[in-house]
Amino acid sequence: MGVFLQTLFVGLRLGSVYALIALGYTMVYGIIRLINFAHGDFIMVGGYTLFFTVPLMVAAGLPAWTAVVIAVIVCALVGIGVELIAYRPVRKKGTNMTALITAIAMSLLLENLAQAIPAIGPNPKIAGTFFSTGGFQIAGVTLDYVTIYTIVISAVVMLLLYVFTQKTKIGRAMRCVSEDKGAAILMGISVNRTVLITFAIGSGLAAVAALMYIAQYPSIYTTLGSLLGLKAFVAAVVGGIGIVPGAMLGGIVIGLVESFSMAYISSSLTDTFVFLILILVLLVKPAGILGKNVGEKV
Amino acid sequence: MSEVNREQAPVLETRGLGISFGGLKAVQDFNIKLCRGQLAGLIGPNGAGKTTVFNLLTGVYEPTEGSVILEGEVLNGKKTHQFVAAGVARTFQNIRLFRQMSVLDNVKAAFSKDIKYGMAAALFRTPAYWKAEAEVEAKALDLLEIFHLREKADAPAASLPYGQQRKLEIARALATDMKVLLLDEPAAGMNPTETAELVECISLVRERFGIAILLIEHDMSLVMKLCERITVIDYGQTIAEGGPEEIATNPRVIAAYLGENDGEEDESLA
Amino acid sequence: MKKAVKRGYIVNTVVLAAVYALCVVLAAALEGNDNFKLTIVPSIWQCCYLIILAASLNLVLGFMGQLSLGHCGFMAIGAYTAALMSLAFQRAGVYDEKSGAVFILIMIACAICAGLLAAVFGVLLGIPALRLKGDYLAIITMGFGLIIVNVINNLPFAGQNGLAEGTAAASLYATGLGFGSTAKVTYLWFAIAVTILCVALMFMYIRSKYGRAVRAIRDDEIAASASGINTGYYKVLTFAFSAFFAGIAGAVYACCNSSLSTSSFSFTNGSILNSTFVVVMVVLGGMGSLTGSVVSAVIMFFLNYQIGNGSWVHSLPGFIQSIFAYPMLVYALVLIVIIMFRPKGIFGTYEFSLLRTPGELVRLLKRHGGGKKAAGGKEAAAQ
Repeated sequence: MGVFLQTLFVGLRLGSVYALIALGYTMVYGIIRLINFAHGDFIMVGGYTLFFTVPLMVAAGLPAWTAVVIAVIVCALVGIGVELIAYRPVRKKGTNMTALITAIAMSLLLENLAQAIPAIGPNPKIAGTFFSTGGFQIAGVTLDYVTIYTIVISAVVMLLLYVFTQKTKIGRAMRCVSEDKGAAILMGISVNRTVLITFAIGSGLAAVAALMYIAQYPSIYTTLGSLLGLKAFVAAVVGGIGIVPGAMLGGIVIGLVESFSMAYISSSLTDTFVFLILILVLLVKPAGILGKNVGEKV
Repeated sequence: MSEVNREQAPVLETRGLGISFGGLKAVQDFNIKLCRGQLAGLIGPNGAGKTTVFNLLTGVYEPTEGSVILEGEVLNGKKTHQFVAAGVARTFQNIRLFRQMSVLDNVKAAFSKDIKYGMAAALFRTPAYWKAEAEVEAKALDLLEIFHLREKADAPAASLPYGQQRKLEIARALATDMKVLLLDEPAAGMNPTETAELVECISLVRERFGIAILLIEHDMSLVMKLCERITVIDYGQTIAEGGPEEIATNPRVIAAYLGENDGEEDESLA
Repeated sequence: MKKAVKRGYIVNTVVLAAVYALCVVLAAALEGNDNFKLTIVPSIWQCCYLIILAASLNLVLGFMGQLSLGHCGFMAIGAYTAALMSLAFQRAGVYDEKSGAVFILIMIACAICAGLLAAVFGVLLGIPALRLKGDYLAIITMGFGLIIVNVINNLPFAGQNGLAEGTAAASLYATGLGFGSTAKVTYLWFAIAVTILCVALMFMYIRSKYGRAVRAIRDDEIAASASGINTGYYKVLTFAFSAFFAGIAGAVYACCNSSLSTSSFSFTNGSILNSTFVVVMVVLGGMGSLTGSVVSAVIMFFLNYQIGNGSWVHSLPGFIQSIFAYPMLVYALVLIVIIMFRPKGIFGTYEFSLLRTPGELVRLLKRHGGGKKAAGGKEAAAQ
């Protein structure tokens, strides 16, 4: 029972992080039908920004976690930059395939560019602590604060995002563009601006995810985001890509699968199970758990 | 001639064919009988469900009611390529060519299912490979000849002018060795000269291959000129069926096309 | 028309055989040369497996239009199969020395088995994955690449630390397929022959009904199935066919490396051997041109080698040198530049042909410079 509860909490914590990252994938995919492979690397950017800004914040007498504000801004700027420099020109004249390849190239570029920056370099950096350590006991299981913060913060962020997409004007514009780009243009929505905003929000979420992840696993390295991003994308697909609640659900599912397979089956085969789940879900429900099947119009 | 044909057993037949998407009944109780050598038309206002009927007849959608029967064989539940193997070929409303391939390869690709050589023959270039390839090449060139496309055999399909792309699509459909050919708005976007050529082509194909043709078309003069039987659908339901004369004067058809207050504009259909 | 095609095949075969013979003779003549033995031969071996790998990915990416990001997974399967098999034979006492007819037979058997096992995995992966469209396929294959590495690491007889006994380095080098520099010279003919054969077979594949069906699927899947092409079958078949050759590339890799470790096949590593790098090769050469894949595999290998080892690098400005310290950064830039400015790659869908290319080259030169007229005339007359 103790192990089960512990595993459950670990799963939920991991799942919350995946869900936040998956949201970024799903929003971008929903709007321009592109897997933004570079999204995982935004987490890395966020991680390094945190690493460098936390000492400044502490020096200024603020709590360490406030650095996340700067990280969000930096990530949003990087996201906007990637869209402007690489994706938009390719989207204009290329096919889906070329856009996808560009995304992969951007991911490689970010990872290796980070390594080439002298202040970062190829060796991992260790971040300090963000939240107070310790925790409290539930049913004989220690629940640390990091876990609680992670779950609560991501739940709040997701709720805010949901309200944002449903109630605000920009949110409506985003949903419009993802539904029908042509009609959105006719309705006077600036597609390019909406895409930019989507990139900014998605990348900002990656920075928040970076905070959560690093609070738990403080080692920061340049390929930090690649596997993390990949799993988060799997989560988005499992939940139903392009659907905001789908990303949340998928994130939790993948987090639980990972923690339970780690605890009960084998710790070195976790990634295998994550991808087996993906294959399974896609076989049974190709559009994901919450997705609707839409065939190509003939 | 059409009188005699109607006595024969139909090649393609549907019985109570229908499909619903969610709660929406896109097509219901659609019945048609197509005989060898017959040319039938399927008309109806925009959004009436014509293309949906084609998608049902070619296995793109699986019907929720009724059945598609080709020469006595029920085809329900089969995949598109199995429909083609059974003998139903089609063209598309928005042209779908293999754009990066040459004109000749477009037609050759449609012969694929009839080429018998296996992997080993293909990889090691056995005599069987050469023989089959030579046959296919000859057959494909013959087809292109009919549509006056032979000179363009090596050009990429995407480089053809619009009218020729339409023709190539028909040639490709014919390459599948079908019994029933479904043409989805073959004259859409064509100028009068191209349309005239197309009419000639369709008649020629029908004579030469002796197949049944069903076509969707908005150009009424073309439908009235070519088709022996016309089925009219509106909101997924068959509202009239008969020869061109009957259809042109059928009050329900006129109502469907012109709204309820019909009157002196009968000629617009003729 | 048909005769001309046949003549083309005969000419190509004869010329290939001649070039091949020349290579073998040259290799024999240069055997004593240290530079040849230590630099050129290993480079040729590396080029060989890169060529096979790039060409096989091109079948899927260029001809079928599906992005597969796990191609190195198939290569890993092939490499491990070949290595383990050769090791098993060696332990069973079938061969002792890396020479003789028996060893050559075993080498061939290992390569074929490597390909077959990779093809089996290609079918297993292809059946679920190819039901999905491009984006999903990319993710699933990427996941496959990860899983394979993960699974191999967990196999008791092929773990991360090597094969069965001792470290991978020791066991493979001493006993299995892994060749030292002398053996690499001795068996250079094998590497080149395998490469030529593989590329030729892939070429035959795309110039048959299979290739036409696959290209039709790339251009328009719905129209392809409406033309009677069983799209699911051809997709899985091509995927498996491509995996087969990736497996063989793996076998060649196992031959020319003294050790095997899964980290060399993982998705993100700085080395030349990852699935993204292969994508770069295919895109650079031209999606849909096997010639392009062959040429760009050599170019990319050369670039990679020069960035790592070239002496000219040290004479470059400091900041370029620091970029070159991260070769993948260069490749990422190369990829972005190609996609933006020449998305169809160097060759587009063009294929080299001994009969046509000289004439076409001359015409191209004429159009651009007006020079070489005499040569052009002579070529035209010869045709």
